[in-house]
Amino acid sequence: MSERTPTNQPRRSRLLYTSAAPDDRSRMRAVANNLILHLHPTKVPAPALKWSYTWGLGGISATLAVVLIVTGVLLMFRYDASAATAYTSIQLIETQVLFGSLIRALHHWSANLLVITAFLHLLRVFYTAGFKDGRSTNWIIGIILFLIVLTFNFTGYLLPWDQLAYWAITVGTSLLSYIPLVGQAISDFLLAGPVVGQGALRNFYALHVAVLPTLLILMMSYHFWKVRKDGGISQPKEEEMEENGRRRPIERLTTIPHLVQVEFAAASVLIAGLLLFAIFVPAPLEELANPSHPPNPAKAAWYFMGLQELLLHMHPLAAMLLTGLVLLALIFLPRLDRDAADIGHYFRSAVGRRAAALGALLSLGLIPMLVVVDEWYLDLPALLPGWPTLLSNGLLPLLFSLFGLFLIYALFRWGGRLRHSEVLVGLFSFIFVSLIILTLIGVFFRGANMALVWPF
Amino acid sequence: MTTNTQPAPLTRRNFLKLGLGALSSLAVLEMGAASLFFMQPRRLEGEFGGVVNAGLVESFPVGSVTEFPDGRFYLVRAADGFLALSNRCTHLGCAVHWQANNQHFFCPCHASSFDQQGDVQNPPAPRALDTFPIEISDGQVFVNTLRAEKRDRYTPEQVTQA
Ligand code: FES
Repeated sequence: MSERTPTNQPRRSRLLYTSAAPDDRSRMRAVANNLILHLHPTKVPAPALKWSYTWGLGGISATLAVVLIVTGVLLMFRYDASAATAYTSIQLIETQVLFGSLIRALHHWSANLLVITAFLHLLRVFYTAGFKDGRSTNWIIGIILFLIVLTFNFTGYLLPWDQLAYWAITVGTSLLSYIPLVGQAISDFLLAGPVVGQGALRNFYALHVAVLPTLLILMMSYHFWKVRKDGGISQPKEEEMEENGRRRPIERLTTIPHLVQVEFAAASVLIAGLLLFAIFVPAPLEELANPSHPPNPAKAAWYFMGLQELLLHMHPLAAMLLTGLVLLALIFLPRLDRDAADIGHYFRSAVGRRAAALGALLSLGLIPMLVVVDEWYLDLPALLPGWPTLLSNGLLPLLFSLFGLFLIYALFRWGGRLRHSEVLVGLFSFIFVSLIILTLIGVFFRGANMALVWPF
Repeated sequence: MTTNTQPAPLTRRNFLKLGLGALSSLAVLEMGAASLFFMQPRRLEGEFGGVVNAGLVESFPVGSVTEFPDGRFYLVRAADGFLALSNRCTHLGCAVHWQANNQHFFCPCHASSFDQQGDVQNPPAPRALDTFPIEISDGQVFVNTLRAEKRDRYTPEQVTQA
């Protein structure tokens, strides 16, 4: 480290790494002093670079986070976090500030896209068993990161102070108050008053621009560091890489340029695409918030629409419990599925692939049917007039859902004689697709008065 | 760490270590407590409304439903008296509004509806609309919007005789 930096190196690259001497020792030192190689290992296995394995989803999410930070800081210079002027300041950004509409659209669409890419990244890791074999900590960190992203979106949603913002946050915070024991306290803290008002706006702003970014950056760094410490991204065990009975060593490529260039290209394409989209589709802004008249229909943000759809069918406590249980199951997945033999293979095996497809199909048939039946034909509280709604509309649907999930497990496990690991693939496919379907129903098939409508 | 059971002698170094530990825990505690108090939600008395003078008893015909947007409530005059219903839906807090042609309160967020007494007609709302206490003096109706009273369903005692 005491060596002086050679000066014959171009200034530009000295910013990234600090030695270019030709002998081996110095090359090793170059590696140690390289910024990029603090994020990545020096060499990566060739299969890990395959686009169709990772789809670049982690890197895309990270790039989006960077875009969000940059545009977010810019927006902070032009935004007023006050109930009286917030809406006007957004209007000014949209109409008066040069490139204001573009920056806001970039921020808005990147935030929405990040929810999608982070979710897909989670799916990718789940389906390739990337949470197994000592990677459970990073799996949990990943889930926490996903929750941070959702909280980011939730807090950012209020800031424009339009009708959409006001009522989505009213519904969202009331939802929190149903969480047993701590819910009311959390909701009181967030709102800082009986209803959404100046206090809530101030709190959400502080969370959105100070607390959450700090958390996000810390957790992201931890996430990346852990990928390295866990020995790179997940992939099939080396023994399985044999060809015609002959063991073939996995080819290893240097990170620079092979990995870095792919990442750079992906990031460039992503940013170009985002720019194009943001130019043509500005971020939405509705009318100024009106505390006495919610719009009809008043919908949550689209990424909570699955939960909102659930709320139409059961007591809030039951919906929260169901969501909480699924989240817990995801967190404890590394405990539930310890079979590390299939790591790195999509859907674990050919059987697992079929289980995944079957789970998805099952959900595709079952969920819309259940929604329609509950909407038009089944009215549990009316059928059971003496019962408190907490039982008739809460416990009953909750038990029904959990029993349904168990039934699917049983069907695959004992009916289809699948391995536990493959059954979980089918079961979670069912859950993931159900979440997507509920979200789609909420977004497209719910019209005025939240009635089921045909969107076309 | 020594394995014998006798307490380690309090050397100068140990004393300083102990002191440093104690002082820093104290500092963390203080900062934590200060932050907690700092962040405590503030509930101002009478934040919205306070006591609202709704007007003369005679100005509300029997069967009428009158909206008070600033007080966030509806004043209902039933056959035997008055009810002040909070306009916050008991499901997730959207504002309900009175639909005269359907004779019910409707919540656009998840389509709950409530009858004229605030009872749930259509879930997902889990309980009847909250009420505000009413006092009638000098022929005028006073509604206290400070504290909403929760209830499961409508009972005749909730009505304030006119
Ligand atoms: S908030 Fe009124 S029905 Fe959900």
